[in-house]
Amino acid sequence: MRLSGEDLACERGGRMLFSGLSFTLEAGQGMLIEGPNGSGKTTLIRAIAGLGRFARGHIALSGGVAGVELDEQAHYVGHADAVKPQLSVTENLAFWAGYLGGGDIGRALDAFGLHPIADLPAQVLSAGQRRKLALSRLALVPRLLWLLDEPSVSLDRAAQQTLAGLMAAHVAGGGLLMASTHMDLGTVFSKNLRLGAVAA
Amino acid sequence: MSIMDYANPSRFLALSGRLLPWLTGLTVLFLAAGLYMSFFTAPADYQQGQTVRIMFIHVPSAWIAMACYTLIAMSALGTLVWRHPLADVSAKAAAPIGAAFTFLALVTGSIWGKPMWGAWWVWDARLTSVLVLFFLYLGLVALWQSFDEPARAGRSAAILALVGFVNVPIIKFSVDWWNTLHQPASVMRLDGPAIHYTILLPLLTMAIAYTLLFLTLHMAAMRNEILRRRVRSLMQQRADAAQNIAADAGQGGVGQNVGQPTEQEA
Amino acid sequence: MSSFSALLKRDLRLAMRQGGGAGMAIGFFLIVVSMVPLGVGPDLNLLARVAPGLLWAALLLAALLTLDRIFQADYEDGSLDAIVMGSMPLELAAAAKSLAHWITTGVPLALSAPLMGIILNLEPRAIGPLALTMLVGTPAISFIGAIGAALTLVLRRGGLLTAVLVMPLYVPVLIFGVSAVKAAVSGPVPFEAPFLILAALSLASVVLSPLAAAAALRAALH
Repeated sequence: MRLSGEDLACERGGRMLFSGLSFTLEAGQGMLIEGPNGSGKTTLIRAIAGLGRFARGHIALSGGVAGVELDEQAHYVGHADAVKPQLSVTENLAFWAGYLGGGDIGRALDAFGLHPIADLPAQVLSAGQRRKLALSRLALVPRLLWLLDEPSVSLDRAAQQTLAGLMAAHVAGGGLLMASTHMDLGTVFSKNLRLGAVAA
Repeated sequence: MSIMDYANPSRFLALSGRLLPWLTGLTVLFLAAGLYMSFFTAPADYQQGQTVRIMFIHVPSAWIAMACYTLIAMSALGTLVWRHPLADVSAKAAAPIGAAFTFLALVTGSIWGKPMWGAWWVWDARLTSVLVLFFLYLGLVALWQSFDEPARAGRSAAILALVGFVNVPIIKFSVDWWNTLHQPASVMRLDGPAIHYTILLPLLTMAIAYTLLFLTLHMAAMRNEILRRRVRSLMQQRADAAQNIAADAGQGGVGQNVGQPTEQEA
Repeated sequence: MSSFSALLKRDLRLAMRQGGGAGMAIGFFLIVVSMVPLGVGPDLNLLARVAPGLLWAALLLAALLTLDRIFQADYEDGSLDAIVMGSMPLELAAAAKSLAHWITTGVPLALSAPLMGIILNLEPRAIGPLALTMLVGTPAISFIGAIGAALTLVLRRGGLLTAVLVMPLYVPVLIFGVSAVKAAVSGPVPFEAPFLILAALSLASVVLSPLAAAAALRAALH
């Protein structure tokens, strides 16, 4: 199983963010995406998730589930939490389980210890708890490739460690991981991809 | 949330809990007496026949519709000037009830008018003004519903209620003006020189019954609103508590519940 | 199909919990209808004559103002990203959301129209056909409207633009909706002719609009 990008380029507003970017990621590997603000980390991650377009280049996943698009084998968690404030924690998870084709809600609640607040409407949750709920989607439905854009924002130290554990387990279980983060994750990332500073 | 925030509502809950059964009983009593008189002792009108009995429901409804808006405006003052925690609850609880009485006044007015006008609805000055009042109520209800947090909705709704209150006489004046342009003066006149006591008595009884009914409904709605806010703040507290427990538990080791197979929920 | 029903059920539940959804649209409908006699005068014969057209136009306006609810919240809170990455084609997702909009807005508006008819002195025998044509025509309003909502998704204040984009597309629905009501009351055409064309417009938009809406959503996200 391998995710490979060849000669990738992305632009935004007529300005080239990066170009000539190539990488390969094997099963069981995590890749840290680094770079200063405005270097295109978010744009790159969204484009891999199929939520953006590459100006040039080609990305391919080999050895995954045959006949299924890349974005349907990936989880993307970005800056927005995709949490509905009017629904309870369980209802939020139940929707994604139903929509993404079956998931284990109990396991998702366990991942970040959300059991005690499972019945509360998401609108009373703190920013950190909403974040945990958003990240619980990773444990809810198993998917091969995790694309995480600053996943640790508004998490406290304990929750960051929980997230680190989840990511380590995913990689250890043969999953693929690409993330941009400032969190110290030790050995989760075996590779890194550095996006250059922007030309002034 | 400090305990002070609840001091007043708590006393209100205790007091209203004791008052409500009495108020309900009194309402039933007056409604029964008023309805009996309206339907059996009051004479039929020599012109309008039996349909005049609709008046005994229509007039008190219209009266409550206006009185309720005045109450909301006063509560709005309480919210804006004294920041009284119950004022906002009172205004919010009153709005849907006022809208319901206004709707009742509109429907009964249109049923009453049908035999006289030959149409279910006529753009009579009085009905039109009440219709605009109904819109003002709808606006208030919609504004309250659009906010997630009751505390933030309170001040906005209070401002709207006061603006509406100032506008009511202006709207009334312009509707009257508009109406005289188009048709001769209103068909109905209730404020004739002499109303016989066989009509006046049931009318007054119904007015008292409706006032009591409004007070009962309003008090019950206020209790519901206070309890609803408590439920919300209890949920908030539970979310906060869970946050602290999670933070404490995490101090120990690196996410102990991660990476291992976990038991499943049924 | 389970993804479709999951999305539909969630949207229905959100519309119910949000408050002010259908109620606000009906309130706007009522206010627009009431403004007309205040403008043109309370001549009941005149009002009765223009009532079908006025009611249809007011219904379109009321529905227009609710279109941004179809996609906007999901776009802003990031749900749309995850919806796109589901295994269901985006076209079906757009259809599920348009259907939810019809159920929560189109149906309540159509069912409230007879009440509005009363205050415009609509003829009693026109009330049934009015509600029927509106029930049959509102799917087109929701499904075509979803295209406009998707096109203006990335614009911060797209509401007015959505109206300008979508209104011309509503012209056929308006024409055949009003003709059917009038035909039912006074002829000369039989009721079935415009009514069946209206039904055809709705069915075609239910099938075709999600394709355009999904394309617009992809363009908005990329």
